Amino acid sequence: MTHGSVAASGSAAPPPVIDPVIPVKIDALNLNFYYGQHHALKNVNLSIAGNRVTAFIGPSGCGKSTLLRIFNRMYDLYPGQRVEGRVLLDDANILDPKLDLNLLRARVGMVFQKPTPFPMTIYDNIAFGIRLYERLPKSEMDDRVEKALRDGALWNEVKDKLNASGLSLSGGQQQRLCIARTVAVRPEVILFDEPCSALDPISTAKIEELIDELKRHYTIAIVTHNMQQAARVSDYTAFMYLGEMIEFGPTNKLFTSPLDRRTQDYITGRFG
Amino acid sequence: MTEIALHGSAVESADRYDRTRALNAFRFGDRAFYWTTRISAMLVLMLLGGIIISLVVGSWPAIVEYGSGFLTTQRWAPSAEPPVLGALSPVYGTVLTSVIAMMIAVPVGIGIAVFLTELCPLWARRPIGMAIELLAGIPSIIYGMWGFFILGPILANTVQPFFIDLFEGVPVLGAIFGGPPSYLSLFNASLILGIMVLPFITAISRDVFATVPPVLKEAAYGVGCTTWEVVWHVVLPYTRVGVIGGAMLALGRALGETMAVTFIIGNSFRISPSIFAPGTTISAAIASEFAESDGLHQSSLMLLGLLLFVLTFFVLAAARLLLLRLEKKAGK
Repeated sequence: MTHGSVAASGSAAPPPVIDPVIPVKIDALNLNFYYGQHHALKNVNLSIAGNRVTAFIGPSGCGKSTLLRIFNRMYDLYPGQRVEGRVLLDDANILDPKLDLNLLRARVGMVFQKPTPFPMTIYDNIAFGIRLYERLPKSEMDDRVEKALRDGALWNEVKDKLNASGLSLSGGQQQRLCIARTVAVRPEVILFDEPCSALDPISTAKIEELIDELKRHYTIAIVTHNMQQAARVSDYTAFMYLGEMIEFGPTNKLFTSPLDRRTQDYITGRFG
Repeated sequence: MTEIALHGSAVESADRYDRTRALNAFRFGDRAFYWTTRISAMLVLMLLGGIIISLVVGSWPAIVEYGSGFLTTQRWAPSAEPPVLGALSPVYGTVLTSVIAMMIAVPVGIGIAVFLTELCPLWARRPIGMAIELLAGIPSIIYGMWGFFILGPILANTVQPFFIDLFEGVPVLGAIFGGPPSYLSLFNASLILGIMVLPFITAISRDVFATVPPVLKEAAYGVGCTTWEVVWHVVLPYTRVGVIGGAMLALGRALGETMAVTFIIGNSFRISPSIFAPGTTISAAIASEFAESDGLHQSSLMLLGLLLFVLTFFVLAAARLLLLRLEKKAGK
């Protein structure tokens, strides 16, 4: 909890809200983010607890996806986007320019808004990520693929057609394939960027169940437009508005007795 | 109100009359449109058929005279009595130069496209892209002259002696890279062809690479891929149809390219194992001899043209087959 106190000593930092017995996995300190001239994140501070689900809510354009994309340096792909501040993943600053991005992204996996199966078979979609880091004999690889697909709650639906194209699955199945693919690399943190916004209610329920399962082994951060979803799946919730972190706290507290007027207005549906 | 209503109904009746007329006019326009497009489409088929028929008719005397021996004869002696004419050397030269040209142009062209879409800093993209497009705009005769006056001497004085020395005494390679250096050679022609088709491959690859959804690339980077792995495992499989299409277009151009090749290939009908020796291609043979030919000689040149046609057709068919197999491999 050393950096929890560091955050508290920062000038504009909110007091630490995570229960002191839970270890902090990611600590963001005085983050500012710019898309060219546009100042998209303003002095954001927060701690993400290990093996818990942290949800980010807020109206469109409030910077919640931007924040998520800092945690695996995805913004690095685009020239003109830059960040100031520090993000500590297990005490090491991941914004260090010398950091090995491929290793970081193996530790911090991401699931996107739209399903993104690669143009290859279901089996290869999973094995692809594993092959980047490990040379496994065929039988072991089979086991790893099966395990990942089971973790993604997809095994029973695809076990007879592992050689079909990943693109032949339904939208909800594709999204679970992407989750399985992310899990297969054995990351420590999984970032979900509105994972259910393109899915039907049944697929959404399945993925929410899955997130609940996954938090036993992984630290999870999820951006969602759906406040009920945040309330259902998360342990902590952060409310963001116009690039600022307005309020951050345990989910039940934030939804039942928000401290900030704007949080209350948003969760009661007065704007957003 | 009543005035308006009366006026309205009057307008309506006049309107109804006009509407049927207007509809008829539309119908006429529609039919005219249907037939113009249909005739345009049929025109292509008729042109294709016409060209094939006239080629077959023109080459018929040679087909009757030489039969399948035309394909296996290396000798080309139009002034002998009777003339001895065989297509082996030009067909060999055509295929060989095109294959070498593609071996050079495909990796380089795709490499440039990857650089332009994935790695190049924004400010340099447009200048490099425009330079590539300008390369496509250079007339082929200029490539021929450049190959003849500049590239040929450079190759013959430095590159060819280097390879000849390097592989001397090595079986197979010693023969391929053997013989005396020459200004005019299959190798020179292949290089020029490679440079000429490069812009096609680059321009088409670049355009199809740009169609890969950014989120798909992000997903690949998200599991920890390097740029190379993203390009090789995600971008290229996603765009394979377009990239292969571009390569086939380039191959078609390389097979048929005439002017530049005629300048620098040396127009020799002797097949040599060395790529540094002069040779000929189908189109170069036709271009350099057609004006002074008659009778069986001219008919044989027509037959060469027909062969080129068939060759191109098979290349396109092979490309289709390749695509089908790739699709099966990706699990459709």
